[in-house]
Amino acid sequence: MLKDFFRKIDFGFEECREFKLGVWQCPGFLFVIMGVINISSMVGIYVIASKYDSPELIVVSVSVVSLLIFVIGSSIIRGVEQIIMVNRIKSEFVSIVSHQLKAPLSGMRWASDVLASNRIGELNGKQEEYLKDIQESTSRMIRLINDLLDVSRIESGKMEINFQDIDLKEIITIVVKELNSFAMANNVKLIIDANREVSRVKTDPIRIKMVIQNFVDNAIKYTTSEKGVVKVFLENRNGNVYCSVEDNGLGISKTEQARIFDKFFRGNGIVKKQTIGTGLGLYIAKAAIESSKGKIGFKSEKKKGSTFWFTLPVVED
Amino acid sequence: MNSNKKILVIEDEATLQKALNEVLSKDGYEVVSSLDGLKGLELAQKESPDLILLDIILPKMDGFEVLKRIKENDKTSEIPVIILTNLSNIDDIQKALDLGATTYLVKADFHLEDVLKKIKKVLDI
Repeated sequence: MLKDFFRKIDFGFEECREFKLGVWQCPGFLFVIMGVINISSMVGIYVIASKYDSPELIVVSVSVVSLLIFVIGSSIIRGVEQIIMVNRIKSEFVSIVSHQLKAPLSGMRWASDVLASNRIGELNGKQEEYLKDIQESTSRMIRLINDLLDVSRIESGKMEINFQDIDLKEIITIVVKELNSFAMANNVKLIIDANREVSRVKTDPIRIKMVIQNFVDNAIKYTTSEKGVVKVFLENRNGNVYCSVEDNGLGISKTEQARIFDKFFRGNGIVKKQTIGTGLGLYIAKAAIESSKGKIGFKSEKKKGSTFWFTLPVVED
Repeated sequence: MNSNKKILVIEDEATLQKALNEVLSKDGYEVVSSLDGLKGLELAQKESPDLILLDIILPKMDGFEVLKRIKENDKTSEIPVIILTNLSNIDDIQKALDLGATTYLVKADFHLEDVLKKIKKVLDI
């Protein structure tokens, strides 16, 4: 019991080590010191007060202790400020680096586009194949950078949402169309069960498309090829629009379930190993849904499959 | 087919400018280009192009200032401007649109063919 209690108290020593703060700058440590000084000085003053009949002495000792606590208190504040600053610099760093990387990457993308367009001469089959590899890698890198930029925006509280009234059915249709060949390549059957009328919702069309893409993409990736079925479902439910993506794939173990929405988390059982993900999709999806006042979740059973769902409040007319 | 349309490209990244110039001239556009903002603004006034492709982060004068001056000058204010940049913050997008940009494209997120489609759409051909 007591052990559990102490484990739960977090003095932030980890953060101090991570941000390279010295012991005397670490708020957690200073806090403990302050507590110790506080208690021992109270005992000390009690002893002094009971031994000597001298109010001056007590005033002086109380003042000295208060001064000490004041000094330590201000160091704690400085330490906290430093941690906040380091964190901000970290986010800004990601954002600056990402923008810097985008310039050469757009160069790669457009230069290879020129080659692929056959405007400066026909390519033979092999050349075309290798060019496709370059383009695929470039796209992957751009996706990764966009994801990282999103994470840095989420962490600095600057996630940008372009709210619009949208019909989820239209977006689902587009996503399924785009991912159908990926599903077929993995022997997974992609089914839409989303033909009933649903209300419009207020959210960012690009972000919500990414969320659905992410759900479907994951469902395909984590579904074994025999009799693999992924079903996209949509309906009105209790004042919300409910959308779910169900698969009969590998399922998620209990230990993995706890971390599924964490940054950079990637499940172990990925079927198509060569499919490179960033482990950021669900983290960004959660932020996107929650910023549209929606809810996101999943249920999963090992070897039976998983269902990922989100709800968004219906737009009032 | 696009022979009578003149496009001004203001882009400091040499690779991107080369790729743009290549496909635009191959597709029959007349292309004038500048690697910095100041010369780009001069060319906008001298050449009176049908369309301007404008980057934001540019040497000598940034794209926002170039855009502002293009829109302030009666001679060039009617020329459509497509912003081509890698800045993707909503504030930058809004600022460019407020200053009168026709549309805003994040370079890394678009293939060259998509940029060409946008150009055609803006030129209405």
